[in-house]
Amino acid sequence: MEHELDARRLLCPMPVIRTQDKIKTLAPGDVLTVTATDPGALSDIPAWCRINGHSVDRSWEDGTEVHIRIRVGDG
Amino acid sequence: MQNDPRKALALISGGLDSMLAARVVLEQGVHVEGINFFTGFCVEGHTHAIRRGRDSARPRRNNALWVAEQLGIRLHIVDVVEPYKDVVLNPRHGYGANLNPCLDCKIFMLGEAVEWIEAHDFDFIVTGEVMGQRPKSQRKQSMPLVARESSAGDRLLRPLCARNLPQTLPEREGWVRREALHGFSGRSRKPQMRLAARFGITDYAQPAGGCCFLTDANYTKKLEDLWAHRDGRRYELDDIMLLKVGRHLRPRPHFKMIVAREEGEVQFLEGYCKQFTHLRTVSHGGPLALVEGDTDEDDLALAAAITARFSQGRNAHTVEVSVHRGDRSRNLRVRPMQADKIRPDWYL
Repeated sequence: MEHELDARRLLCPMPVIRTQDKIKTLAPGDVLTVTATDPGALSDIPAWCRINGHSVDRSWEDGTEVHIRIRVGDG
Repeated sequence: MQNDPRKALALISGGLDSMLAARVVLEQGVHVEGINFFTGFCVEGHTHAIRRGRDSARPRRNNALWVAEQLGIRLHIVDVVEPYKDVVLNPRHGYGANLNPCLDCKIFMLGEAVEWIEAHDFDFIVTGEVMGQRPKSQRKQSMPLVARESSAGDRLLRPLCARNLPQTLPEREGWVRREALHGFSGRSRKPQMRLAARFGITDYAQPAGGCCFLTDANYTKKLEDLWAHRDGRRYELDDIMLLKVGRHLRPRPHFKMIVAREEGEVQFLEGYCKQFTHLRTVSHGGPLALVEGDTDEDDLALAAAITARFSQGRNAHTVEVSVHRGDRSRNLRVRPMQADKIRPDWYL
């Protein structure tokens, strides 16, 4: 299933915390796209995913926003 | 007989000491996961996120996450903003040099860690504390107090100075070997640097300290001003975030201004425009300024003159400034305030 998380206007580590809390409610294989305005999210959220067994399909910048598309792992 | 490795939760700040402590325990075959607490006062993260220009040369990373990745361990980041308020407002053991409740903070975080290990069936807790490293929270006398008041007791292992302390549960049970732990003490960083070199760790964040805005005199001055000008000592997350950003001036007792210093701060303050009366220069390039407090026409004219002072029109005869309050906005043409007219005691 596809899910979205709005983490705009939050500064790291809050986008990471919101991502972490959201993923706890999802099933392996689900996809979560996070939108943030803190550019640090582009490095922090993938780092969090790597150490917690999730994968990042894609990340990209769009003006002042950044997007990270995460595939939930087995946790 | 149990074959699964014992499990430890390491408090990871992102600095060297906690990284080394976790690594020492990992070396002994223990399963380690990290925990990092977000209080709202962490220097980590926000300043580099907000002030893009000044910190652009530094790696844009969360050091706790980076440390966890280097160690190959999981990291749990916990939002403790709400419960942490009581630590800041009512520290049982008082403050340090500024508004830093270091001893209560340590007890609080270890208490949270105790709850976590009990909920997740972990065996013990690891910290990077070094006896004598910090004047308040890491003194010899405070170490047993922290263990006792946090309820961690002998489940708390401090691998960098364990050999200066009584045996703990993981040592007594043989989950870790005491002789492979360390006896560091004092403020010298050399033992940690030697150990880092032994582990091949060459890249790490600031050695120790400087991770909390509550230890910063300028920041705590602004926090005290906030409390002095509202009904009591209280704060929300937005309040303490805003104290980290921009120039803060209180030109009148009943209002203060936050003036952005650069583009990253402008973008950050944009997020607060709906909540605050705000001003922008129109005729010249210039900052965004938020105004907090009840202001009349004279106050807004003063705020506009101050905003103009920090614009590219500071030497112009007049500067046009837009004033926005709720859905209404209008323009004022003002003379930029001269630098010597901005009283030093207005700056917070």
